[in-house]
Amino acid sequence: MNQMTALEKDVETQKTKIAAKNVNVYYGESHAIKDVNVEIEDNTVTAFIGPSGCGKSTFLRCLNRMNDTIDICRVTGDIEIDGEDIYDSRVDPVQLRAKVGMVFQKPNPFPKSIYDNVAYGPRIHGLAANKAELDEIVEKSLRRGAIWDEVKDRLDAPGTGLSGGQQQRLCIARAVATEPEVLLMDEPCSALDPIATAQIEELIDELRDSYSVVIVTHSMQQAARVSQKTAFFHLGNLVEFGATGQIFTNPEDPRTESYITGRIG
Amino acid sequence: MPTLWLVFTLIALAALGFVLGRQRALASAGGDVKLLHSLPAYYGHNVALSAIVPAIAVLAIWSLAQPMMIESRVAAMIPAESIAENTTVSLVMSDVRRLAEGLDQAVEAGVLDAAGANALEAQTIDVRALLAQVGVALGSEVSPEVLAAAQRYRSLTATGSILKTVVVLLLSLGGFAWAYGRTHKDFRARNVVEQGIMALLILAASLAILTTVGIVFSMLFESLNFFGLHSWSDFFFGSTWAPNFRGDSELSILPLLWGTLYISLIALLVAVPVGLFAAIYLSEYASGAVRSFAKPLLEILAGIPTIVYGLFALLTVGPMLVRIFGQGEDGLLGVEWMSGATSVLTAGLVMGIMLIPFVSSLSDDIINAVPQSMRDGSLGLGATKSETIRQVVLPAALPGIVGAILLAASRAIGETMIVVMGAGAIAKFSLNPLESMTTITTRIVSQLTGDTDFASPETLVAFALGLTLFVLTLGLNVLALYIVRKYREQYD
Repeated sequence: MNQMTALEKDVETQKTKIAAKNVNVYYGESHAIKDVNVEIEDNTVTAFIGPSGCGKSTFLRCLNRMNDTIDICRVTGDIEIDGEDIYDSRVDPVQLRAKVGMVFQKPNPFPKSIYDNVAYGPRIHGLAANKAELDEIVEKSLRRGAIWDEVKDRLDAPGTGLSGGQQQRLCIARAVATEPEVLLMDEPCSALDPIATAQIEELIDELRDSYSVVIVTHSMQQAARVSQKTAFFHLGNLVEFGATGQIFTNPEDPRTESYITGRIG
Repeated sequence: MPTLWLVFTLIALAALGFVLGRQRALASAGGDVKLLHSLPAYYGHNVALSAIVPAIAVLAIWSLAQPMMIESRVAAMIPAESIAENTTVSLVMSDVRRLAEGLDQAVEAGVLDAAGANALEAQTIDVRALLAQVGVALGSEVSPEVLAAAQRYRSLTATGSILKTVVVLLLSLGGFAWAYGRTHKDFRARNVVEQGIMALLILAASLAILTTVGIVFSMLFESLNFFGLHSWSDFFFGSTWAPNFRGDSELSILPLLWGTLYISLIALLVAVPVGLFAAIYLSEYASGAVRSFAKPLLEILAGIPTIVYGLFALLTVGPMLVRIFGQGEDGLLGVEWMSGATSVLTAGLVMGIMLIPFVSSLSDDIINAVPQSMRDGSLGLGATKSETIRQVVLPAALPGIVGAILLAASRAIGETMIVVMGAGAIAKFSLNPLESMTTITTRIVSQLTGDTDFASPETLVAFALGLTLFVLTLGLNVLALYIVRKYREQYD
């Protein structure tokens, strides 16, 4: 696909799902994210692009408070999901992460069976009253992850035995199983071959119907292919945020233009 | 020349070789280092190594082989009838050696001259009295055969030493000359030195392995001697351990094995939970500051000599248990289950404490090897930290942890000092942990200490016990390493 198709993308405005205001992140002394303001819409794929070390993954990890697991990391500013401040002291980060699912750069299935991988979240959160319900959730999630047909006959096989692309779709199914409202994806295709990447991209487009999807990617083609909104980060700043077609064809900021044309980054 | 001086001479030759080799290489290149194939020091090393390594190797082998060869030749001189009823050739030979050394000392002290020492005859002079003058006490009167053998021994040793010195020095000089002659600017000294270093490393590695093989074989031969004197079926399948010196000992390993395994089991019951939980805390919960402080502190436990643990068992843990379970200072529980401080529980508890750092530091490494992405995946699904550890980290680390536990078990089985001091000395089958019991290692110590006769089954049984212990711990170690390695492959 090229930039023309990106232009033709449907950019109708959805309601705001995540609103970040004046977000700053510090790793010890270093200032990783500087005053980021962004509004992420529901039922939309939002892509974060930018050179390595620009803070896009860090910002993504703020959205489900995964940065809490890093001792030296400090976050200031407001991040609201559905109008609720997720850094409020009353919010339980564990509950939040069930609502904001995450898929990581490297496929990371647990060393358990495929079934147990998907059932992990529902079991922890008590989403199924009995085995039949759990079976149903697992099947539904695997179908959502577009991997059901490939694994339905070997649900007891270890998840680590699947191919890289299948593992990543299993991880997506696993994230979907806890019925999140937002799905964060941190370079989900960077460890995959082009065919597996195409499958995942197709899946992301389908997931948009049910979730607000935020994806960090190094591939500008991928951002153009799958996203409706794009945010360009550079050196910890959010340089430009807008409709994907707009960013890729007619960027306002010279830094964005330099990056997407390959002059910096 | 005494061996020590010979070694110093070789070192001096090597040092000289280094200097000369380096100079010659530089001279052949007209003083320009860039024209040399290798750095000048390599040429020096080459000459030095050639001068010292073969010579030292020959010196070492010669020094080991010479006494053996001389003994076999001298032993042939002793007629069979001069060996008394209750002795053996080796006992006579030790007399011969002692007499030869005595003569050496007498010559050194000036009581005899060298020719006089060789001309001595037992019939004409009291050799025993003569040697007593220079402070060498002989056990019995010297028979003419022994004196002759001793004189022969001396002369062979003297010849051997001179020959050794000459050969070693010639070899060293030869190596020196050969390497020096080859030193030229185009000579690839660097590659030769590289090979020399590799050979040295191989030598070190094979020494370690050969020693192990040697230990196993010596154990094996002594064990075979034992099984020649005592029935193997009693050893492996009997039920009583009762050594005596009347010749009808019952020497069964089973009661000892039971004691060993029971104490090890208690030790593991202490060490595994505590060690594992400590490892989980240190690797998953502790902040960097706490970890950098607590981990070395925990590992200090591993550096405490086991005899100190033994003292701790005897002086602190034992009396404490007596106070709880027995009537010591009127007893805390008011029961009388335990009278002495030594018991399975005492030894097991202290050994467990000893094993804590072992389990914790191995488990800590293994838990840290579980990829962070596993934890992220679980936390990202909304699991809490302890859910993540229980359901993802520990299952992933389980094979490695099992390996760590097996290694700890093999240490527990082989541990000696703590059980010698804490477990007692009674061999029996009992389930009561408050009773004294004994272990394989303790019995090895007691069978071999004191006045022992290395021909009786009561002594030789120690080797059979040792060999069994070795096979047991070796099996556990192999199993543990296999499991650990299999686990490593999963993530690396």
